Amino acid sequence: MSIVASFEIEFLQYLDPSGTLAGEGETPAFARDVRELVELYKLMSFVRVFDGKAIALQRTGKLGTYASCLGMEATHVAIGSALSVDDVFVPFYRDYGTQFYRGVKPREVLLYWGGDERGNNFSGPAHDFAWSVPIATQCLHAAGSALAFKIRKEPRVALATVGDGGTSKGDFYAAINAAGAMTLPLVIVIVNNQYAISTPRRMQTGAQTLAQKGIAAGIESIQVDGNDLIAMRVALDHAVKRARHGHGATLIEALTYRLSDHTTADDARRYRSEDEVAQAWKNEPLKRMRTYLTGMNAWSAMEEKDLLADCSARADAEVNAYLETKAQPLTAMFDYTYAELPLDLERQRAAALALAGGTK
Amino acid sequence: MPQITLIEGITMALAHEMARDPSVVVLGEDVGINGGVFRATVGLQQKFGAERVIDTPLDETMIAGLTVGLAVQGMRPVAEAQFEGFMYPMIDHIASHAARMRTRTRGRLTCPAVFRAPWGGGIHAPEHHSEAIEALFTNIAGLRVVLASSPGRAYGLLLAAIRDPDPVIFFEPKRIYRQYKEEVADDGEALPLDVCFVLREGSDVTLVTWGAQVKETLDAADALAAEGITAEVIDVATLKPLDFDTIHESVKKTHRCVIVHEAPYTGGFGGEIGARLAEHALYDLHAPVERVAGYDVPMPLYKLEMSYLPNTARIVAAAKRTIAAS
Repeated sequence: MSIVASFEIEFLQYLDPSGTLAGEGETPAFARDVRELVELYKLMSFVRVFDGKAIALQRTGKLGTYASCLGMEATHVAIGSALSVDDVFVPFYRDYGTQFYRGVKPREVLLYWGGDERGNNFSGPAHDFAWSVPIATQCLHAAGSALAFKIRKEPRVALATVGDGGTSKGDFYAAINAAGAMTLPLVIVIVNNQYAISTPRRMQTGAQTLAQKGIAAGIESIQVDGNDLIAMRVALDHAVKRARHGHGATLIEALTYRLSDHTTADDARRYRSEDEVAQAWKNEPLKRMRTYLTGMNAWSAMEEKDLLADCSARADAEVNAYLETKAQPLTAMFDYTYAELPLDLERQRAAALALAGGTK
Repeated sequence: MPQITLIEGITMALAHEMARDPSVVVLGEDVGINGGVFRATVGLQQKFGAERVIDTPLDETMIAGLTVGLAVQGMRPVAEAQFEGFMYPMIDHIASHAARMRTRTRGRLTCPAVFRAPWGGGIHAPEHHSEAIEALFTNIAGLRVVLASSPGRAYGLLLAAIRDPDPVIFFEPKRIYRQYKEEVADDGEALPLDVCFVLREGSDVTLVTWGAQVKETLDAADALAAEGITAEVIDVATLKPLDFDTIHESVKKTHRCVIVHEAPYTGGFGGEIGARLAEHALYDLHAPVERVAGYDVPMPLYKLEMSYLPNTARIVAAAKRTIAAS
């Protein structure tokens, strides 16, 4: 018997939960760029403040079901900062940190969860995908986008996010398989937040890591501390560069933790203990970045106080803009079904309009 | 003008559009070097290269998902499902994404893709290779559902489907892929989508059908003519959106209607046409609407398939019942 192939999965971490640079080997240049780190920290903080306000809106009946991103801010913001505008971002449905970085307005996120499709006609790059609710399907849309870039010989990259539960789906396997078989300029980030609603990560698969699924697809695969902005950014920079230069796809498993309920319609107390959640809070991404920046003399308590006030004011302004947005006319549900309204649908539109008294 | 079969009409349309528009790509299982299991894509890879005529890994879900990604990013993908019976895994991407991309994003993103597949029974194929599943798609808002039924309409409708800015399900009745030839010019002239084609005029009864049953229905019209009954034959061609007006105008004239399809009876698209006749043409009718359809059974294996499929005798009998009723 002989071994015909062997593999290993590396784990990448620079900033440990205490905020100390713990990675062995050389410190990446990015970790010394405190100006950029401060900017990204500010965005992470804004995302968290916004998230809290969105949940409050839902609790007071002003927003529909909302999917929180609490605890995943570092992963999302790192992705935003690693992509260029021309790249295409293919999200699932709680990647606000990435989307804000790319120009999506918080009011647009609220509009979508508030039951208005115009939230998907957002201010981010026009080629970015909208939120994708059917689990893992977006992985194939990213692969198809990457295939388009490859056919047209454009130096662009498609990046999709998927949850830990999503890696159980055929669509995920199909996407990484296509990426390997076709050498696609694709990056897939598994935002492993440990839960698919109530189902823990260990019940999704017998595999030791989710990253190793990429091995079978023949693509480079790595596990990263998803609460470590620096490690995420280093892994993403490497993956995006490889993809952009025609060297193929990368699978990144970002280890993080969903500190919130799955959505506002969920109650996580039904399936996990307070102890577990308390433990997870010790690993959360903002505190460790704040500690690191403070240690680098790049951040102070006063700046933190000002930042939180500023985030709150900006989030309030977005909430107000959302609340003041006029409802769509009912005809909007017809008008974008096809490029040109077929006669059949024109009649249904007229009937719906007549029922509404012809006013809208 | 070349004399071509229906499947050659498909190949000719694909080659024409690929030459005209560099954003058109073909993808599917065995579509490249092999030219497709029915040879619909034969010669395309040699002409346009492996980057535009793509042999994919064997996964229909993958083909559908890649197609959505390609279309959203500005390509005009034409995806082939090797047989219609293998389209079920594609439906999530078609229904959840392709069909609603435009409205979901209020026009920001669109999905100009064609999902084409050989369709229907009558070729003595194995299980899952003979299905008539068009009605699964006609209930999905945002799609066009098109069935070709002659070489010329295969060419013209496929051109239109590829050029259409929205997703199109394009079914090709494999039973008549090579049944006969007709002259079709490779002139790039598309036929209109969203309209029915009146293939034969008549005044006594309207026969409404699509796909391979067009041939059976035209034969039935011949048989009826021999008995002095003139039948109008309509090929619906685009089931969704439905051009009901053409059917209605015909029924106003003939006062009788027989709907013919090989898909199962219950929930078949004939029910939609019958319901619209009840809503809009009840007082034009002199006899109950008749449906000649497949039975509500899974498509039988091939020894019984001709007993399942509608045929000329069943269509003639149904037409005569509508005459006898009034």
